[in-house]
Amino acid sequence: MNSTDIKKTVSILSWGAVGLLGAIAVGVVAVRRGEPINALWLVVAATCCYALGYRFYSKFIAAKILALDALRATPAERLENGRDFLVTNKWVVFGHHFAAIAGPGPLVGPVLAAQFGYLPGTLWILAGAVFAGCVQDFVILLFSVRRDGKSLTEMAKEEIGRVGGFVAYTAVIAILVILLGVAALIVVNALKDSPWGTFTIAMTIPIALLMGLYLRRIRPGKVLEVSILGFVLVLLAIWGGQWASQNPTMALAFTLQGTTLAKLIIVYGFAASALPVWLLLAPRDYLSTFVKLGTIALLGIGIVALHPTLHMPALTRFVDGTGPVFAGKIFPFAFITIACGAISGFHSLISSGTTPKLIARETQTRMVGYGAMMCESAVAVMAIIAACVLQPGVYFAINSPAGLVGQTATAATATISSWGFPVTAADMQTLAHAVGEQTLFNRTGGAPAFAVGMAHIFSQSLGGATVMALWYHFAVMFEALFILTILDAGTRVARFMIQDALGHIYKPLGRTSWYPSILATSALVVGAWGFFLWQGVKDPLGGINSLWPLFGIANQLLATVALCVATTIIIKMHRTKYAAVTLVPLAWLVAVTFTASWHKILDPNPRVGFLAQARILESVPATTATAHLIFNNRLDAAVTAVLVVMVALVLIESVRQWIGVLTGREESGVKESPFVMTRLAEERG
Amino acid sequence: MNRLAKAARLLVAILREIFDEAAYERFLSRTQTASSPGAYAAFRQEFEEAKTRRPKCC
Repeated sequence: MNSTDIKKTVSILSWGAVGLLGAIAVGVVAVRRGEPINALWLVVAATCCYALGYRFYSKFIAAKILALDALRATPAERLENGRDFLVTNKWVVFGHHFAAIAGPGPLVGPVLAAQFGYLPGTLWILAGAVFAGCVQDFVILLFSVRRDGKSLTEMAKEEIGRVGGFVAYTAVIAILVILLGVAALIVVNALKDSPWGTFTIAMTIPIALLMGLYLRRIRPGKVLEVSILGFVLVLLAIWGGQWASQNPTMALAFTLQGTTLAKLIIVYGFAASALPVWLLLAPRDYLSTFVKLGTIALLGIGIVALHPTLHMPALTRFVDGTGPVFAGKIFPFAFITIACGAISGFHSLISSGTTPKLIARETQTRMVGYGAMMCESAVAVMAIIAACVLQPGVYFAINSPAGLVGQTATAATATISSWGFPVTAADMQTLAHAVGEQTLFNRTGGAPAFAVGMAHIFSQSLGGATVMALWYHFAVMFEALFILTILDAGTRVARFMIQDALGHIYKPLGRTSWYPSILATSALVVGAWGFFLWQGVKDPLGGINSLWPLFGIANQLLATVALCVATTIIIKMHRTKYAAVTLVPLAWLVAVTFTASWHKILDPNPRVGFLAQARILESVPATTATAHLIFNNRLDAAVTAVLVVMVALVLIESVRQWIGVLTGREESGVKESPFVMTRLAEERG
Repeated sequence: MNRLAKAARLLVAILREIFDEAAYERFLSRTQTASSPGAYAAFRQEFEEAKTRRPKCC
């Protein structure tokens, strides 16, 4: 036996062991019933699935379909300008890409989907990431690299037709608006009646302004340094929040209702969009990224080191669609509730945005595109664990709206206990006291439940129960800071997109420095997401029930567009026999999103269908509030219908292209940039 | 020890890139200017549009 044979044997045995371990772990997660399991089983199952997916499936895609070519010069090399196009170290690109794709979605979605139990979410996150999400991010990144870093919208226009480009553009705007509305609602639900949390988050505004001035005037460009300073100040703000909550005057000033918080966030969103970027947005973005990366790493270490027990059962009775967190059966709703952790259309924008302009070699797209999405998926697994370490009764008490379980603590605990998840008002009061809140009932949106879960994990060792309140508010601050950053940045991105479009009608409107245009488009964007936020705040069912599925549908419809583009290009590359790699996830997403849309529009159950809800509201005595709710439900139904029809058009156009290419009626050439030999190969060997 | 130092350098490089410190240094070298409040303001102005146009995921 020579050394090559030995290496091969060792490799086969090692990967066989990983496969066996993964199969055992997935088996335990999937089959074990009736007794709590340890979170480490989920960690082992996830690690093995990701390792196998990366080693074998992504390698197969890279070799057989994409034929990655290390000798082909990338746009970063050919078009290098020191700004957008820049040859960059692969790990640096990986970090950049991961920082851009890791938003609050993989934290919130899995927490909400935990109402079905830990099993459906975990299986979807693992299978969805390995076979769909990672594949989408990887292939779109490579196709963009081969087209001078073109965006998804441009590729859709070139490869599918004008309708593809238009739909991708509209879907992006719709997703942004709905996402911003629902993200703001999550913050409102996390901060309402919470003087500690509100004080801490309010303090991040002067901290960001101070960081902006420090960066601009005192130590220009020293972002890492000022981010560390900002982080220390934020920790002080968390500590100060405890004092604020215990001081009667301060507690009164910072105890705000949902409607007041919503108005403040809308005003804040407008100011952040219209103010100079260096003053508030940039420092806050840096601070948020710093906190985000640190907290994700800390949570990962915490879960592995403390390996908590999951108290949520594998499957709950709510797989039948009667769940209190959001209504709808496991299919299709589990698959649109968890988007970012399994597959997210929004990622295709990043894979065809900054990242393809930084990649030094085609071969690195596998690690960056497929690998970064795997890490994102791991974050989603952590979120499931954080939600499922809670006693199920506590989880449902936090996440159920008052309109469903009852307005008082006694009524809510009686309802939840009657579902088979025992919890008492005294338990909830003790927990609320431990985390420094007046109450934890009806905190819908996922963020408070995640914060309680995270605090529960950390308080098991780091400081014990005495510092649970600090951990809880650290987690709330982390999520709210994260989400507010998405709000300011997202509002600006949407503003720019609308200005770009309006510039075709009247040139000055497209100028991003013309203040009338800035104010008008900022007001338009903030008004649009503010509408959804207000709708959620006023919704007696907590808002998340209607808005999160709407966001999930929009996001997954964008993934459908991205997979249509990818499949079209694969067929045009004459790799039809491998087209199933994107075609199967595409078919799955079409089934999921179209079924979910049908339910959200037409389902006769008023907790699920928008139109059924409107009809029920019509049958009760009319008030201004019910008139608004009826209008909101009809608008949500119309938005869903428009999105579905548009994506159906892209799908039909794509299928027409595929048939045309396969029958020889359509030109099969792909619109790649011409091959240019890399110089980096000679320079770097 | 060498490997550890190399890994630490890489981590710092990643963080400097994520936090745009490296971009600022490239700007200074491209424009042949020293770091100052004016130079940083010019850098931010140049990068503002590109930076805020970058989508960030949900």
